[in-house]
Amino acid sequence: MMTSPILTARKLVKTYTQRSGKFGLGSHSFRALDEVSISLSAGSTLAVVGESGSGKSTLARCLLQLLPLDSGEVLFEGRNLATLSSAALRQERRNLQMVFQDPFASLNPRMKIGEIVAEGLLIHGMGNADERRERVLQMLKRVGLQEADMQKYPHQFSGGQRQRIGIARALVLQPKVVVCDEPVSALDVSIQAQILLLLKDLQQEMALSYVFISHDLRVVRHIADEVVVMHQGKVVEQGAVEAIYAAPQQAYTQNLLNSIPGRRAVAA
Amino acid sequence: MTPLLQVDGLTVVPRAAPGRCLVSDVSFTLQPGKTTCVVGESGSGKSLTALAVMGLLSRQLQRTRGSIRFQGQGLTTLDAEAMRRIRGRSIGMIFQEPMTSLNPVLTIGHQIGEPLSVHLGLRGRALQARIAGLLQQVGIPPERANSYPDELSGGQRQRVMIAMSIACEPAMLIADEPTTALDVTVQAQILRLLDELKTRMNMGMLFITHDFGVVADIADDVVVMFRGEVVEYGSVDQVLNRPQHPYTKALLACVPDADGKKPLLPIDYAWLEQQPATTAANLQHSMSEPA
Ligand SMILES: Nc1ncnc2c1ncn2[C@@H]1O[C@H](COP(=O)(O)OP(=O)(O)OP(=O)(O)O)[C@@H](O)[C@H]1O
Ligand SMILES: Nc1ncnc2c1ncn2[C@@H]1O[C@H](COP(=O)(O)OP(=O)(O)OP(=O)(O)O)[C@@H](O)[C@H]1O
Ligand SMILES: [Mg+2]
Ligand SMILES: [Mg+2]
Repeated sequence: MMTSPILTARKLVKTYTQRSGKFGLGSHSFRALDEVSISLSAGSTLAVVGESGSGKSTLARCLLQLLPLDSGEVLFEGRNLATLSSAALRQERRNLQMVFQDPFASLNPRMKIGEIVAEGLLIHGMGNADERRERVLQMLKRVGLQEADMQKYPHQFSGGQRQRIGIARALVLQPKVVVCDEPVSALDVSIQAQILLLLKDLQQEMALSYVFISHDLRVVRHIADEVVVMHQGKVVEQGAVEAIYAAPQQAYTQNLLNSIPGRRAVAA
Repeated sequence: MTPLLQVDGLTVVPRAAPGRCLVSDVSFTLQPGKTTCVVGESGSGKSLTALAVMGLLSRQLQRTRGSIRFQGQGLTTLDAEAMRRIRGRSIGMIFQEPMTSLNPVLTIGHQIGEPLSVHLGLRGRALQARIAGLLQQVGIPPERANSYPDELSGGQRQRVMIAMSIACEPAMLIADEPTTALDVTVQAQILRLLDELKTRMNMGMLFITHDFGVVADIADDVVVMFRGEVVEYGSVDQVLNRPQHPYTKALLACVPDADGKKPLLPIDYAWLEQQPATTAANLQHSMSEPA
């Protein structure tokens, strides 16, 4: 299953300017990514875990060129994404999809769900209207939504339903790489299992590769082949999922593993 | 003892389709100093129940039946102004999606300070100090008070919501999946903070979550919702260790183990076929006479 890397990031650096001082008049620069390097093998899943604020979502956005980097480069199938023309990058977007952490903020409130999920197919000229509708419908069903939901607007859904709409929108394009930012954090355990199995099935069917950002180590154990642990903008540990669970090297990783809630109480 | 919150027969429908119950005949009580967790499948009406208690249902939805009493006072008959005074002062709420309730054009310090100046009349230095203290308590450096919501990470935004909701040390906190964006270490810090308020202020908590590890750690009572209805309601020990309703049993069967080794398994709906149609009456029936 592990083959050559499909996505490689080399020494990514990203700084933000943050307001500081009493009235927010001063500012200083803050390094959210500090020489981060990762490599995603084709057909595999790389999990990124780490504390809130450690730079995971920043990494996700930088990998997909949704945020400009200060330095470093991202290679997709060997090509540096930053050197692609904007037309070529738009083309590649079909293959590089993102599931956003904040589902509601990423869904256009004026579009119906059927339109939101079909939009990418339309932009990339995939299929005719009937085929697009059929593909959207099939994908919505796979994430546990129904045909009637296509006619509804984002605010008519629950938090977990919106999260699944974001997943359907990314997967319907049959991309090569999907960067998922906390994709199952709002889902009940049953739907969560359903979505994780769906991601695995699609990986089998279409040789998809995932960068899977999650703070839930129970979930990571199920889905990941490899794990990267981030702490304050740096990668502090990386390796095969089994190795990290069996013998975490960094105190920070050990602490993460030990604080899983209910570990002692064990609910059912 | 007067319960802190008493919800009786709460029913919510879309105005456009009043026949469809999104929340159907929901009843439960919450005592001061206690935590009731609400669990249940995605779309089962957990958030709508919380919003109905707060009087914050969207205009497309309508509460058709049910009473909501807080500290003995009926909330459904209060006017908008009286309700506003209670919200933020006596009842705090953490919404499920932080970005929908944070104002993108105001700094987070300003937003945390708002309930403090409106309800407690804090000004100037005292206000700034309190804002800094709250940020610190949720693990955000106080210097970040001048940041805007979109300059924070997902988990930091969620913690800003938490700081806002507890700013006035409310008697009751309604928390809708408040820690979904937090890693376990930060989550543990937040749960400790809430527990401290619970002990020190005798705060009661209505806590919506899908994480059974959290339920086991913090709940006194558990409400299980399925398709708009309460299918099981009991002490945490009863519900987790001796579940009665087939939905609860099926749900618990797919809880991942702490080690993440158990095979993934979506819920098995086989039991649903053996049930009579899921009308409120039938579910009540199956509750009193477990299958
Ligand atoms: N636009 C911005 N301006 C200034 N600082 C920012 C901006 N965006 C993010 N940050 C800061 O950069 C750091 C990393 O943020 P990021 O969103 O990548 O964290 P994360 O690991 O995804 O956290 P979480 O698990 O809470 O979502 C945080 O401290 C955040 O406050
Ligand atoms: N404005 C609305 N109009 C019509 N239906 C709505 C509206 N808001 C919510 N719903 C529906 O009501 C049901 C209950 O929604 P609610 O947000 O309470 O679910 P939930 O239990 O909080 O789920 P989750 O765990 O996914 O957040 C859902 O099926 C949702 O689609
Ligand atoms: Mg994030
Ligand atoms: Mg909800």
